[in-house]
Amino acid sequence: MSERLQHDEQAHPGVGTYLTVAGVLTVITLVEVGVFYVPAFQGLLAPVLLTLSAVKFVLVVGFYMHLKTDHHLFRVIFAVPLLIAMAVMVALLFLFGVIAL
Amino acid sequence: MASSAPADAMTLRSRIWSWVTTTDHKRIGILYGVSAFAFFMLGGFEALIMRLQLSGPDAGIVSADTYNQLFTMHGTTMVFLAVMPLSAAFFNFVVPLQIGARDVAFPRLNAFSYWVFLLGGLFMNVSFLVGAAPNAGWFGYANLTSAQFSPGVNVDFWAIGLQILGIASIAAGINFIVTIVNLRAPGMRLMRMPVFTWMTLVTQFIVVTAFPVITVALVFLMFDRTFGTNFYSVAAGGEVLLWQHLFWLFGHPEVYILILPAMGIVSEVIPTFSRKPLFGYAVVVYSGLLIAILGWGVWAHHMFQVGLGPIADSVFAATTMLIAIPTGVKIFNWIATMWGGKLNFTTAMLFSVGFIAMFIIGGLSGVMHSSPPADLQQTDTYFVVAHFHYVLVGGAVLGLFSGIYYWWPKVFGRMLSESIGKWHFWLTVIGANLTFFPMHFIGLLGMPRRIYTYDAALGLDTMNLVATIGAFAMALGSLVFVGNVLWTWRKGEAADANPWDGAMLEWAMPSPPPVYNFSVIPTVKSRLPLWSEDGYEPKPLPEDPPGPIHLPGGSYWPFVTAVGIIVAAAGLLTGSLWVALAGIGVLVVGIYAWALEPFEV
Amino acid sequence: MTHAEATHHTSTGLDSRKIGMWAFIGSECLLFGSLISTYLVYQGKSVAGPTTHEILNIPLTSVSTFVLLMSSLAMVLALAAVTRGDTLWTRVWLATTALLGLIFLGFQAYEFTTFVHEGLTLQTNLFGSTFFVLTGTHGAHVAVGVLWLLSLLVRSFQGKLGAEKALNVELAGLYWHFVDVVWIVIFTVVYLLQ
Repeated sequence: MSERLQHDEQAHPGVGTYLTVAGVLTVITLVEVGVFYVPAFQGLLAPVLLTLSAVKFVLVVGFYMHLKTDHHLFRVIFAVPLLIAMAVMVALLFLFGVIAL
Repeated sequence: MASSAPADAMTLRSRIWSWVTTTDHKRIGILYGVSAFAFFMLGGFEALIMRLQLSGPDAGIVSADTYNQLFTMHGTTMVFLAVMPLSAAFFNFVVPLQIGARDVAFPRLNAFSYWVFLLGGLFMNVSFLVGAAPNAGWFGYANLTSAQFSPGVNVDFWAIGLQILGIASIAAGINFIVTIVNLRAPGMRLMRMPVFTWMTLVTQFIVVTAFPVITVALVFLMFDRTFGTNFYSVAAGGEVLLWQHLFWLFGHPEVYILILPAMGIVSEVIPTFSRKPLFGYAVVVYSGLLIAILGWGVWAHHMFQVGLGPIADSVFAATTMLIAIPTGVKIFNWIATMWGGKLNFTTAMLFSVGFIAMFIIGGLSGVMHSSPPADLQQTDTYFVVAHFHYVLVGGAVLGLFSGIYYWWPKVFGRMLSESIGKWHFWLTVIGANLTFFPMHFIGLLGMPRRIYTYDAALGLDTMNLVATIGAFAMALGSLVFVGNVLWTWRKGEAADANPWDGAMLEWAMPSPPPVYNFSVIPTVKSRLPLWSEDGYEPKPLPEDPPGPIHLPGGSYWPFVTAVGIIVAAAGLLTGSLWVALAGIGVLVVGIYAWALEPFEV
Repeated sequence: MTHAEATHHTSTGLDSRKIGMWAFIGSECLLFGSLISTYLVYQGKSVAGPTTHEILNIPLTSVSTFVLLMSSLAMVLALAAVTRGDTLWTRVWLATTALLGLIFLGFQAYEFTTFVHEGLTLQTNLFGSTFFVLTGTHGAHVAVGVLWLLSLLVRSFQGKLGAEKALNVELAGLYWHFVDVVWIVIFTVVYLLQ
């Protein structure tokens, strides 16, 4: 198993990548908070913030949880329930009249 | 260390201990089977009292209040304590054998799931002893279940009990997903797996995604009842429909959890007794996958009468009609398997064929429900009771009995009596049709469900009486089955490795299998290993393993951890902080001891 | 250990426990998805009591969000350290992750008590119920994570967390990062999109 792990590890990102990702996450968080306080952005708040947090989500899942470099099976095991959860959320928002077409 | 002491040399105490600490999937499967069957009899007994009460107008057998407890516990017991664990019995015993593994991926987690299920089921039924059995229906609609309208502990027993069972199910779900994905024998590609194993995989995927939703719904309910939150509080601006959505988001996938394993069993039995491979294997597998995915898109068809609006009604009507397609496809595949085959109507085969016939009827009434205007008349009447009993009794139960007769020789090394089995089959099928067919008419004539009596002037007496007689016929059938078991326990014909000449790997080893399953893990070369010339190797499997096989042995930490959960639950139920903390303490100790004990799979 | 592994064929070449952890994480997506959905469905529908605008403290929560994000960095550095057999830095990064998690929980405890003083409790209104149950469930997950990390730290001090046990840290890491990722969603949806 340690051999397999080493093989995995060779494909894993290095410390430099981790630090870069941390930097990007920090910047995005600052931007999010900034956007929240800038009056001009109020109308666009939802799409901008959702996009920014989606980017953070993908960065953490992809690099810190190694989904990007690991076996694709893990991507499937994570993606399917995630998609179901998102679809359910959207459906409930429609059903309760929070969003409309 | 494998359990090596011969049975007679072990004292009763050490024998019980070996069962309490077992991590062997075959033993856990037997434990599930015995417990589930006991709960099945209990749920059936509850049904018989209900049917006695409804055998005539104003029968006066039980009060309305007791009747509420009976139908709530009958439904809850049959769904969570009978059908699901009976399916689990098969997952446990059969799947590792079918995939050529020595055990599941996490044997202690497996034992843990069983003990949590058993203790959870007992916890819920203790409510009868204190005269406060759950009484708000098996789907406990808000706000009937609120502290205001259900002030007793009945609903608390129900909500907490279901949470406990949810833990067991999710743990088992993860276990079997990993087992099937990761522990297959060399050469057993996914599309070479037996259909029963495929359906198990799909079912577990539904379990781990659907159960968290009811977990949340129940947390909201318990918080409302215990801490005065507002999740289902109309006065605070909340919506009771939130419960219905969350419950059915779980509840509809749940019915696929109930039926897919039985469909998997039928997909094994029919080919064996038709002497023909399953027709359209790939289509059957993809249909199962499609049912699991589409099953997430139909839940609000349980809510057509709440006023969702025309768009929501139409969308869910369409998805519900769509999901009939993959289900129907499987039926055609089973029939096509039998077509031109050399049919052998053993009891197992009879039950599987009975499944097909009765599930078709249940499916047809289901499609009738898919139309919102039609459903407006049918829902909450005996028509829908007829529908789901045709698919659950005529479907799941018949399928599970088919599996019992099919795999009994492998599990216990003895054949069940075929002649007694046929009595069991005919009593059950005739009984089921007598009970549930009239309910279509009773329902359309206006008799609502969950009522404890009805007026003589309605003209429903005869049909209700017929239904009651049918219920007793079914009960007799189940007793005949118990008789079959007792009769053949000592005197039954000994079973060889492959009494039915089946095609799958479980038939390649002795009945019952040795504790290590396969002497050598086979390499699989075909979808039908025992029916193909070079289906697997080494052929035959050597009688004895070539070298020592390491088996992990038992552990009592899964049992201890399970006890911790129940004690914590009891604390929550009684509002006793000390008991709850004690339970959590036991739980934490159990988890750490489990994690740190030397245990090599 | 090596002998058992040599005889342990797996269909995917992957460790069963890692597959199991991802399956568990998939399950948790539905758990938090249901909680977040409920929060969103009830947003703005409270009939009385404090509302989001009145009570949520964005600057404070931004800091705690940053703390949790940095804890993920510490976590992945702990994994990198244990993989290369670096005992000292494994312990440093595990301790750092746990500490940052505790700081996050501290911020949350402060936030909860402040809200209660300002008149928002579980019972007050829809916002109180949905907010506390959603963030409380998340906080409980963080607390379990902290306990897990501290347990790993103890194992390390017992000399039982060498490079061959790296998977144990990886599994804890997957859990920890997922809990962080859920917070990313909660922070956006609850705090920024009021």
